[in-house]
Amino acid sequence: MIRIKCPYCGERDHSEFTYGSDASIKYPALDAPESEWTQAIFFRENIRGMQKETWHHTNGCRLWLEVERSTITHEIKSVKACHPQIEKITKSKL
Amino acid sequence: MTSVRKDNYGKINRDKAVSFTWDNKEYSGYEGDSLASALLANDIKIVGRSFKYHRPRGVMSSGVEESGALVTIGSGSKRDPNVRATTQELYEGLDAKGQNAFPSVNFDFGGINNYLGRFFAAGFYYKTFMGLPPFEWGKGTGIWMVFEKIIRKAAGMGKASREPDPDSYEHSNDFCDVLVVGSGPAGVAAAKETANQNLNVILIEQDSLLGGNNLADRKFDPSLLQKQLESYGVRVMSRTTAFGVYDNTVVGALERVTDHISNPNTSLPRQRFRTIRAKHIILASGALERHIAFNNNDIPGVMTANAARHYLNRYGVLTGKNIVITTNNDSVYQTAIELHEAGSKVTILDSRKDISMDLPKEIELHLETLPFSINGSKKIQSLDVCKAKDKTNKYTIICDQVLVSGGWSPIVNLVSHRGIEPVWNEENLCFVPGDIKENITVVGSARGIWNNDDCVESGIVGANEAMNTLGIDRKEISFPSVGGWSNSIDALYEVKSNKFPSKSFIDFQHDVTAEDVRLAHREGFVSVEHLKRYTTLGMANDQGKMGNIIGLSLMAEQLDKTIPEVGTTVFRPPYTPVPIGALTGRNVDKHFRPLRVTPMHQWNIDHGAKMIDVGLYQRPWYYPENNETLSDSYIREATIVRKTVGICDVTSLGKIAIQGPDATELVNRIYTNPFAKLPIGKARYGIMLRDDGIVMDDGTSWRLGENEYFMTTSTAAAAKVMSWLEELLQTRWTDLKVNVTSVSEQWAGAAIAGPKSRDVLNECVFDPNEITNENLPFMGVLQTKLKDGTPCRVVRISFSGELAYEMYIESDYAHGMMDILWENAQKYDGCLYGLEALGALRVEKGHVTAAELDGRVTIDDAGLGKMASTKKSYIGSAMRKRGVLSADDREMLVGFFPINEKETFNAGTIVCEKNQIEGQGVGRITSVTHSPELGHWIGIGFVKGGLEKWKDITLVGADPVRDKQMEIKVVSPHMIDPEGKRMYA
Repeated sequence: MIRIKCPYCGERDHSEFTYGSDASIKYPALDAPESEWTQAIFFRENIRGMQKETWHHTNGCRLWLEVERSTITHEIKSVKACHPQIEKITKSKL
Repeated sequence: MTSVRKDNYGKINRDKAVSFTWDNKEYSGYEGDSLASALLANDIKIVGRSFKYHRPRGVMSSGVEESGALVTIGSGSKRDPNVRATTQELYEGLDAKGQNAFPSVNFDFGGINNYLGRFFAAGFYYKTFMGLPPFEWGKGTGIWMVFEKIIRKAAGMGKASREPDPDSYEHSNDFCDVLVVGSGPAGVAAAKETANQNLNVILIEQDSLLGGNNLADRKFDPSLLQKQLESYGVRVMSRTTAFGVYDNTVVGALERVTDHISNPNTSLPRQRFRTIRAKHIILASGALERHIAFNNNDIPGVMTANAARHYLNRYGVLTGKNIVITTNNDSVYQTAIELHEAGSKVTILDSRKDISMDLPKEIELHLETLPFSINGSKKIQSLDVCKAKDKTNKYTIICDQVLVSGGWSPIVNLVSHRGIEPVWNEENLCFVPGDIKENITVVGSARGIWNNDDCVESGIVGANEAMNTLGIDRKEISFPSVGGWSNSIDALYEVKSNKFPSKSFIDFQHDVTAEDVRLAHREGFVSVEHLKRYTTLGMANDQGKMGNIIGLSLMAEQLDKTIPEVGTTVFRPPYTPVPIGALTGRNVDKHFRPLRVTPMHQWNIDHGAKMIDVGLYQRPWYYPENNETLSDSYIREATIVRKTVGICDVTSLGKIAIQGPDATELVNRIYTNPFAKLPIGKARYGIMLRDDGIVMDDGTSWRLGENEYFMTTSTAAAAKVMSWLEELLQTRWTDLKVNVTSVSEQWAGAAIAGPKSRDVLNECVFDPNEITNENLPFMGVLQTKLKDGTPCRVVRISFSGELAYEMYIESDYAHGMMDILWENAQKYDGCLYGLEALGALRVEKGHVTAAELDGRVTIDDAGLGKMASTKKSYIGSAMRKRGVLSADDREMLVGFFPINEKETFNAGTIVCEKNQIEGQGVGRITSVTHSPELGHWIGIGFVKGGLEKWKDITLVGADPVRDKQMEIKVVSPHMIDPEGKRMYA
């Protein structure tokens, strides 16, 4: 079972979380052309190895987290809140 | 009598006799017996029949690897098939039966298969599937369908009960620093060493007694061990099997709580599924003794040598009078001496030469001698033996038992669950665990260490390794080396027979013979994974615990490769079978999923509502009067709503509070229609798209203040929309100063719909003249209070197409709100209406729900294109017209009428052209209802090209599932009051 160290709640089972998506995607501006959106939505890397991804602590504090996880071994290298301000707060709390 | 109970032997409680039944006959054993030991003590040798050939099967081991003594325990709803008699503890009244046999395991008609063996060789099922041999007769005629039924009946082991499981199961969660699996010498040493450092240690043991293979030692006392470990602070869990090791050193374990008790306390679960989260795992799972393949090596009376020692020293059962032990290694000699001392005549056949062993002179030792073939069918009469060098040099030994030791296999299964491939140790002829990069340490015979003292030493070293990872600095780690016998093991897996067809078994339960492996090779199966599936070797209950290595060695021989080159199959969880009931735990019946009820749930029931499950919610379905049917009831309710007024619980809608200076900006970015200029006190219906331009959900947002909105979502998408807003705000739009809070549980809502709804509302609110068309126009919002002063929110909004409102109140006041609404609605001959009437009313209006907005539909498809702003950008605006989404033949929302007004149809009906009733047709009907207003059935759904294309053309509604067809026509989805005169009234 993957265990994720939520910066707000502590280490929890993955069943409390919902996988989001690749965290490295930079979404275009809302008024960006279709081609840019197509690139962001449909053209994704299928990474073998460390991947930055988003997880939602759905059954917890409801923070969206950026998790660095190995897609091969499930090893988790780092976890932080996606929102920069929240990240600062949770970091100082730890 | 050949197997007997011995005085002064065993760890059973002779003061407590236990009676049990075997195949409906009563027998007696002792407390502390396993079913297998009790059967053996009663000299019952045949306890089962094999899978294919229905050959008699006896007890072949003393543990979880058992593949002979599989029995059925209990009857009726408590019937439990394929239980290993070797691990089933005996209890008063235990009811066990042989299985896979008719009329009994002693005399089984299915035994005829034994003589048809050549037709049942490896791949029999596949070959039959291809047509009957030898010329593939019947190929392609579906003959398999006929044969399948017969085969399924003939093959297979015990039968599961068809009744609901009456037992209860539990889930439990545990945490520890160090988890030790196995209580043999290595495991115990590791547990003590780590617990000594004040670490939180759990030790789990699948057996009822602690000790592992020490239990085969006559002098060993397991009860002392339990106390000792507890004094160290170790949490000991016996009767608990670690069946799987998962990511992050999490272990799945099954505790058998009452499987050994005759009349268990009903408050106890039968089994407990434990999830143990450890920081470090020490696996001391031990090793299993292997068999050797030779002709008739499955006759009852054949078992592993170590098992016989277990039965003698743990259960006080001497399993044979005249015993031949056949071996290729040193491990049997202690057993031989003890069996001899217990009174049996013992002969040892050792395949090796030049070995020195101290033996009493009464034990005959035949060196360089192999077992060749057992004579006998239901029991052993004698054993033909041959010389290792010259197989024609044969002689016969009279005996009643043959004990086999083909070497030992460390239990690498649990390590294998982590994807760590085992490594072949050529010196000891066994797989040992490979290099482990996680916090898992393997100790004892599980890493191929054979001697007791070395096992203890390895346990201490393993404990040190665990402490290193936990930050307690210990010295360098150096494990005792693999092995430990004084004479090296001989590579003996099979003694080839000259008989055809030979019955040299390697998988006893599935009847896989050495010949089957060679056949598979001849037929081109060269990978072990294919071999396994083709021959079903290792696919029985024991999952290859007994036969895998022999199978691999035979394959290696055929391929002219070494065993490590051939490789091994991957072991996957569970290590031993886990009942589905235990996995499910308490999540059955009412607890299968959480139940959500609205704050007026009881009120609805008290007022006669029949409820329906909608997602996790239970909502009022209809309110029958005088034994009305569903159909009568909803038609009456919908008719009354259109005529006077109706009240409906709409609490299940998602509700989100949006607050902050950028609230307007957020709402404006996520809805397709403009929200930037929505005045305070007004609501707007809006559509949200996904990034890819498909509709996500619809709902309303009300502007309550400069910086505050109240958003409602559909019931189905409530959770999704909430997560979506959080994702946007936390990952993409982190500069927006706005907060979203789910308030779905905080507010109770009711719809008040119908021409008299305004009158009803005025009777309910504090100021009886407050609700007017001017004061509360269509899409107006009012924060007001009820007659009794309770604050509430009212919005003028319509799903039914009538003059209608929704009223929201804090959940605690829901009953009060319903009371006052209902009291006043009755004055206007109103009714309560449920989901069915709500559906009828909205279908008449062509309003969409999750049935239509199913994740494939664009805003244009849904006929709501004019709600997509061209003046602003929003989520999905760039993508909603991309390629396929703007094709001419998109399916568009339309209404459907049956041509014959008496005809009905169902949601899911496929819309086809008259001359082309096939495939996916040209559209589909998504929602249907009887329309009280129109007096016949109507539907909405989608059709390629929309109303424009199919107007006045008769189509066919095909419903192959219900074997139904009807002529239909396409109409506008707005079937009633298309101008909305009633709504704006």
